[in-house]
Amino acid sequence: MKALSQKRRHPFAFVALLLLGLLLTGGLYAAATTVNQAQASNTPDGFSSEQVEEGERLFVANCASCHGMNAEGSDAGPSLVGVGAASVEFQVGTGRMPMQMQGPQAQQKPPQFNEEQTSQLAAYVASLGAGPGIPDDEWLDVDQGDPARGGELFRINCAMCHNAAGAGGALTEGKYAPSLHGVDEVHIYTAMTTGPQNMPVFNDANIPPEDKRDIIAFLKTYEQQGSPGGFSLGFLGPVSEGLLIWTLGLALLIGSMVWLTSRSS
Amino acid sequence: MAEHGNGDSTAVVKAGEGASNGYAIDNPGLPPHRPRLADVDEKAAKRSERQVAALFIVSIIGTLMFFVGYFAIARMDQFDDYFEGMSALRVQNTLIGVGTALAMLGIGLGIVHWAKTLMPDHEVTEARKPLRTEADRAEAEKIVTDVVEETQIKRRPLLRNTMIAAALLAPLPAVVVFRDLDRTADFGVERMRHSLWDEGVRLVRDPTGTPIRAADLTIGSAMHVIPENLREVSGHGDRLAEKAKAVVLIMRLNPDDLHEPTPGRENWSHEGIIACSKVCTHVGCPVALYERHTHHLLCPCHQSTFDASEEFKVTFGPAGRALPQLPITVDDEGFLIARSDFTEPVGPTYWERGHTDPEGDFPA
Repeated sequence: MKALSQKRRHPFAFVALLLLGLLLTGGLYAAATTVNQAQASNTPDGFSSEQVEEGERLFVANCASCHGMNAEGSDAGPSLVGVGAASVEFQVGTGRMPMQMQGPQAQQKPPQFNEEQTSQLAAYVASLGAGPGIPDDEWLDVDQGDPARGGELFRINCAMCHNAAGAGGALTEGKYAPSLHGVDEVHIYTAMTTGPQNMPVFNDANIPPEDKRDIIAFLKTYEQQGSPGGFSLGFLGPVSEGLLIWTLGLALLIGSMVWLTSRSS
Repeated sequence: MAEHGNGDSTAVVKAGEGASNGYAIDNPGLPPHRPRLADVDEKAAKRSERQVAALFIVSIIGTLMFFVGYFAIARMDQFDDYFEGMSALRVQNTLIGVGTALAMLGIGLGIVHWAKTLMPDHEVTEARKPLRTEADRAEAEKIVTDVVEETQIKRRPLLRNTMIAAALLAPLPAVVVFRDLDRTADFGVERMRHSLWDEGVRLVRDPTGTPIRAADLTIGSAMHVIPENLREVSGHGDRLAEKAKAVVLIMRLNPDDLHEPTPGRENWSHEGIIACSKVCTHVGCPVALYERHTHHLLCPCHQSTFDASEEFKVTFGPAGRALPQLPITVDDEGFLIARSDFTEPVGPTYWERGHTDPEGDFPA
């Protein structure tokens, strides 16, 4: 120690310190980048590293302004670490993301990315952290599902918000549960596993994949069979039926009263 | 009664002929009779006749449509394919409904059109009868006084009093008979205070009845829950009645989002998992519209909104009290169980409910 303190004022001490500092910074940086690379090479199941890279490029260009450069979230959008590929499949696949404008909830619109780009984005988001994945085709095959059982599960878990016929309904402060008619099987499934917007999560521990398939089978059967009573009036029940009878029905009644009491020409 | 128009009359005042009779405005009388097209034009009359006949034929077609729908369309159960059966059912329902409507409407519209265009259209005036005559009133009064006199009810108060007592007592057996229609031990308001939940009763999924581990619920999850002992209740009606009182919604919030619990409720939740009665405290609709980010629970009937993060207090709407919270914990095997029954009656207010809210904000 004494020797070191004596050499403190040596002319080359400054150069040695500088070298040491540079080496440390460089070494740490190298270590940090290899850690980063290690993360990036941790490609999620079912995706290639090219997809992750391409997805990151798309993400930075289209999503980062709200979700942050590393998907860490900001005031304008939540963190996407751990939301999984299923979230991307639902949000981007139904056109809800990228969001057109801030509002009570994201609106459905024509998808802004094609299937290839969507799965690239899904690959990138899935690489950020473990989350619900995209379901196997086996769980989307409605022919293997039991619509009657699915109907019972639907009425207990889903019908209070989405309407007994899946026609959707109003929630609080401008939010709403959308109609489920014409929604792709994979989007129904991923909505259950991820709980988009304010929808609760129905994970596999709550509703196993077989039960999810039954629910999808019920919805598809309902969609295909149509309304046995004639006009469905949007399956909205007393709302649309009441509107019809209070406007058209009453107009007809008043019209026939006028006709009954008028003199013939 | 006097007739006007086709038959002549002297009693009816015609337009412009009314006398003033001391009133400020002359009696304008009836408007002049105007003959209809069918009265003066034989072609118009023929046209009306054809229109009425056409309406009757519409009715006949409607009745035939009903029979086609009822007998000619194959029944739903005669199809092998479910969807073909459903579309046949739709055609059948439409034919039966539209056919019946046309059958009734055709007759009704036809008869009215017939009466309006072809039947005689003379106006009729009926003078108003006097509302009350003194003679009628006196006669009615005499009947009442005669009855009171003849029964001697004023002179013999013993008769009157015993009769009143008998009439008051006579309906009482009905009360006893109706009350004993339900002979279960917990008859009365006490039954509404208790549900199947009790200390150690497992929370199970509705409808499958499988128990729930705390780890099964991720943050943002919601699950519809019944008590495990519900399946031990025999009798479909009893089971439904018990289920109606015991239905519970559980959800997992980020524990940081939960507000500080009120004293006595500190251990009612488990790692952000909270449970509440699904029966609205307003009029008892099922409250299950849960929004995971706002933590709102919305009742679909009257839009009462409850905040799950603040012990389900009312934030909007007509509900008077917070949803009752079910105290929960986990057992040795890691399954969710109830700590006790609800600490207050679930559902809407009733007369004997009593005060249960700690601050006494709301009357019983």
